[in-house]
Amino acid sequence: MRIGRAKLLGLQALVAVAFFAIWHVGSSVPIGGVYFLPKFFFSTPIDVITRVWSMFAGGKIWGHLAITLWETILAFVIGSAGGVLVGFWFARKPLMALVFDPYVKMINALPRVVLAPIFMLWLGLGIWSKVALGVTLVFFIVFFNVYEGVKEVSPTVLANARMLGMNERQLFRHVYWPSALSWMFSSLHTSVGFALVGAVVGEYLGSAAGLGYLIHQAEGVFDVTGVFAGMVILSAFVLLIDWLVTLVEDRLLVWRPQSAAGQN
Amino acid sequence: MAAGAINAAAGVNAGPPQDAVVALADVDIAYRLADGGTYVAVEAASLSLRAHEFVAIVGPTGCGKSTLLNAAAGLLKPAAGTVRIFGAPLNGLNAQAGYLFQQDALMPWKTARDNVAIALEVAGTPRAQALEAAQAWLARVGLGTFGDRYPHQLSGGQKKRVGLAQVLIRDPKILLMDEPFGPLDAQTRQIMGNLLLDLWSRDRKAVMFVTHDLEEAIALADRVIIMSAGPRARNIGDHPIGIDRPRDASDVRLDPQFHEIHRAIWNQLKAEVVKAYAEIPA
Ligand SMILES: Nc1ncnc2c1ncn2[C@@H]1O[C@H](COP(=O)(O)OP(=O)(O)OP(=O)(O)O)[C@@H](O)[C@H]1O
Ligand SMILES: [Mg+2]
Repeated sequence: MRIGRAKLLGLQALVAVAFFAIWHVGSSVPIGGVYFLPKFFFSTPIDVITRVWSMFAGGKIWGHLAITLWETILAFVIGSAGGVLVGFWFARKPLMALVFDPYVKMINALPRVVLAPIFMLWLGLGIWSKVALGVTLVFFIVFFNVYEGVKEVSPTVLANARMLGMNERQLFRHVYWPSALSWMFSSLHTSVGFALVGAVVGEYLGSAAGLGYLIHQAEGVFDVTGVFAGMVILSAFVLLIDWLVTLVEDRLLVWRPQSAAGQN
Repeated sequence: MAAGAINAAAGVNAGPPQDAVVALADVDIAYRLADGGTYVAVEAASLSLRAHEFVAIVGPTGCGKSTLLNAAAGLLKPAAGTVRIFGAPLNGLNAQAGYLFQQDALMPWKTARDNVAIALEVAGTPRAQALEAAQAWLARVGLGTFGDRYPHQLSGGQKKRVGLAQVLIRDPKILLMDEPFGPLDAQTRQIMGNLLLDLWSRDRKAVMFVTHDLEEAIALADRVIIMSAGPRARNIGDHPIGIDRPRDASDVRLDPQFHEIHRAIWNQLKAEVVKAYAEIPA
């Protein structure tokens, strides 16, 4: 099915308009003397937008955004580096993979939120406990993808590279590494998303700065407008990061057939 | 093991010639199966390739042609028998050979030019120089303007030509080709055949060319080797092709000599093809 770009954007905007209209009417226009969406529980779209505006105008939001972004970047970089290293190691040493297999599965099955208090105990309330939480999420995604990427290299491509005279180092650089990277980048959206989740959830559970902290603060005083404003900013932040990831991906995976690279 | 088969084969082959570039002697190749058993794909195969000789190997599908080529490349170790390259027993990979694989073998993350250039770069040629040589080779196989394309942006025939450039740029002494024109249509095969003959005639490398197309084999080769149907396949026929060179891969098919040779070889091959299909349960 093909649909014009303008038409698609129009329809997408229509959904947002309808959503805000229902919210606005429900919270500000009494129907038969009752508000369907009482202000205390649902705030109003105008209040939320005004709050978002004042947060940016007042300038206090920037510091929180910077903290969350920094935690996300650190979690992503450290988690990816660990995942790449261990993924390569396991793929090239099948015995290691077999020995550690049940433990890897066990840790991966663990809901990571339960680790948050432990990380706070170990690393304090600063950024590192949030980074650690994000790392435990990112690591496994990258690890599994790199592991598959190294193991799934086409045997013919590998045999050809060896017949061309590549030694182990050259095989790594020209065959295993690009293959693993392509698998890793195919999960880039997920892993960056999880890095952010780790940061925000960590902040939410205990910190003194960041978007998660702002939302938690607002909830503590039943400031629904503040909670929603925090959520709006968080969503916009996620969209922005996702867009940046897409830009990076398009640059790095030019060699992939379009269908496999996945359009958005 | 069927000792009788080995003795019979040994009786037929009076040892490899002195100037053999590749010599397989009484080679058995077995695959280990998932259920713990083994499948003996090739048994008691003996064949040799002389310098400057173009040999085609023809046989029914699944008979072990790729298996034999892999043994000559050093990618598979025979369970028994010897593989000698320029008289020396082969240990590990055959560094003298260039191998054009049956399946896609280009690195999908490299452009056509980089795929060809890397073959020189791994041996230490500076990148700029390798790229220049790669461009020249791409032009030679008719892909001068396709250097920036990635493999997925090339047709099947174009990929094979990039593969050919990738193999030939290293100037190997032995060329192993596994159904290089397999997935192509009849016309393209003949064009590719002529391209190959043209490139080959410059320095006449020793070529082992696997195909299931007998006409193609006769059109290109100096000698056609017939394999029996598997399992336990081996070479059962060896037919010199006396057609004069230079040849044209399409015109040669009109030569009366061509028909005579074709009839003689086909009678032998037909029996094996029928056997190979009888193995497949209906
Ligand atoms: N890895 C493997 N494990 C088990 N059996 C194998 C393996 N590879 C090949 N075989 C078997 O060995 C036999 C020979 O295979 P091979 O690929 O050499 O055939 P081929 O002559 O090249 O066939 P084609 O013309 O279809 O390419 C086949 O019966 C095949 O099923
Ligand atoms: Mg084959």
